[in-house]
Amino acid sequence: MSIVLDPTGELRTEHRELAPRPGSLSGLTVGLLDISKPRGNVFLDRIEQHLTDRGANVKRFAKPTFTKPAPVDLRHEIATSCDAVIEALAD
Amino acid sequence: MRDMGISDNDERPALPDGLVAFVKQDCPTCVLVAPVLQQLAGSGTCTVISQDDPSFPEDAAWVVHDADLSLSWHHQVETVPTLMRVVNGQPTEQIEGWERQRWEAFTGVSNLAPELPDFRPGCGSLSVDPTISDQLAVRFSGSVMTSRRVELAQLEDEWEAMWDRGWSDGLPVVPPTEARVLQMLAGTSRPPDEVVAVVAPDLVECTVEKVAINAVMAGCRPEYLPVVLAAVEAACSDEFNIHGLLATTMPVGPVLVVNGPIAKQIGMNAGVNVLGQGNRANSTIGRALQLVIRNVGGGRPGGVDRATHGNPAKVGLAFPEDEASSPWTSLAESRGFRADQSTVTLFPGEGPRMFVDQISRSPESLTKHLAQALLSNVSPRLAVQFETLIVLGPEHMARYRDAGWDRNRFLDELTGHLQIECDTVLRGVDGIEEGLPPLLAGATIGKFPPDGIHVVHAGSDAGLFSMIMAGWVTGSIGSVTVTKEIVP
Repeated sequence: MSIVLDPTGELRTEHRELAPRPGSLSGLTVGLLDISKPRGNVFLDRIEQHLTDRGANVKRFAKPTFTKPAPVDLRHEIATSCDAVIEALAD
Repeated sequence: MRDMGISDNDERPALPDGLVAFVKQDCPTCVLVAPVLQQLAGSGTCTVISQDDPSFPEDAAWVVHDADLSLSWHHQVETVPTLMRVVNGQPTEQIEGWERQRWEAFTGVSNLAPELPDFRPGCGSLSVDPTISDQLAVRFSGSVMTSRRVELAQLEDEWEAMWDRGWSDGLPVVPPTEARVLQMLAGTSRPPDEVVAVVAPDLVECTVEKVAINAVMAGCRPEYLPVVLAAVEAACSDEFNIHGLLATTMPVGPVLVVNGPIAKQIGMNAGVNVLGQGNRANSTIGRALQLVIRNVGGGRPGGVDRATHGNPAKVGLAFPEDEASSPWTSLAESRGFRADQSTVTLFPGEGPRMFVDQISRSPESLTKHLAQALLSNVSPRLAVQFETLIVLGPEHMARYRDAGWDRNRFLDELTGHLQIECDTVLRGVDGIEEGLPPLLAGATIGKFPPDGIHVVHAGSDAGLFSMIMAGWVTGSIGSVTVTKEIVP
């Protein structure tokens, strides 16, 4: 037996449960996150229309640039003000 | 006698006050001086610490057996016999081997064992025996390392185990045992728990220790570690933006250029086959950075790394500038550093491709031709967003040396030839749909952004070639070339 040192970031690997699925979109606040790739807004405009038709409130967000992770403040704002979020990856 | 000059006295086990002699029975000089030790012990002022035989020089209360070599290791005994003077549990001075005059002066006892020869050198301390010194280092200082210990099973091949756990880039990695990582950590003065950077994409705080582990795996020697540490810092800066470089579908990765004295000190190759295989430092430093991104940051192909093709240089690409035979200021000097500083510059680039000019004899001809080649970076019909790195070969550099051109003259002339009349490459022109956007109709623009051409001198002295690397999207939405000083 030999011992080596873990070269990884040692993030926890335990299983994480998915959030419970909402029974209905009516009255929920759904965040739409545009990662700022070209034409992502076209896709999200359409999604917003469908969500609004189903009774959801929609809040729009955008990352400053698609090449970098979303700023922590933005993630916090989405997490605290929305019931669900849809992220658009587009080109 | 020498000054001990060791810090952390508190962590070293106390020794009995007075004279202390470290010996081993296996050392002929120790056996020779046994009568001296008995004479000193008889006067009640000397303790003998035996590294091997607990009853050497004799079975007596003044003989202490250093069974686990803890005393020898912590007090950094390198030679036996070593005679120390101990005050308040800690040595204040010491002598090594047997030399009658020095022992008499040290002990204040005259006429020590007159039948002995006047001088005999000592032997190596058991605590520095190469077969066990690594184990001792792990036993007594392994606790400085806090990473999770992973036990490999008896029947596991340790090289296969590295692969099975997802820690390899596809090539074999050196298993990062505690002993190897401790040796690697000796390559820097920075403490193991110091945070070097927050590594994307998982945004994990990466310590010196984690970098050392991955440097071991990449095949680095300890003296390369400061370069790797500086490269990790540079890669994870907001300007360089390793997250974007990793995530992009374009085939780019960090290209490392090492400048300053360290390149020669650690044996990097700036000459023949500089961008190829065969030199350990060149081959492993860039790889260590990429393993940090993979293992600590969690950036893996097919995960956040979405490169459509990638390129072979993404395994790791590092090389030094040939400063010694360059007539120009170095890349690092052109970026504001001094020649006596060691630096690493990270360029977000593709793999190298060749530029051939075996005919030009004037710098004007060579420069104009090089500009034509550079216009094809990424696409001859695209411009501005991408920087470039040029590796000028020594035979091409000779054209500029002979004509008295310096770096600035070269860049001015080159930039003059890199102006694009947009109408010639607008979208749709020549039946090609890709091209510059219509809003640039009638305009003339530079191929590269301002300060977007980086030049390094490297390669062997035979061959009328240079090398070109295209860059990735520059500016705040992409990646900007970053230079960091390498600190010991």
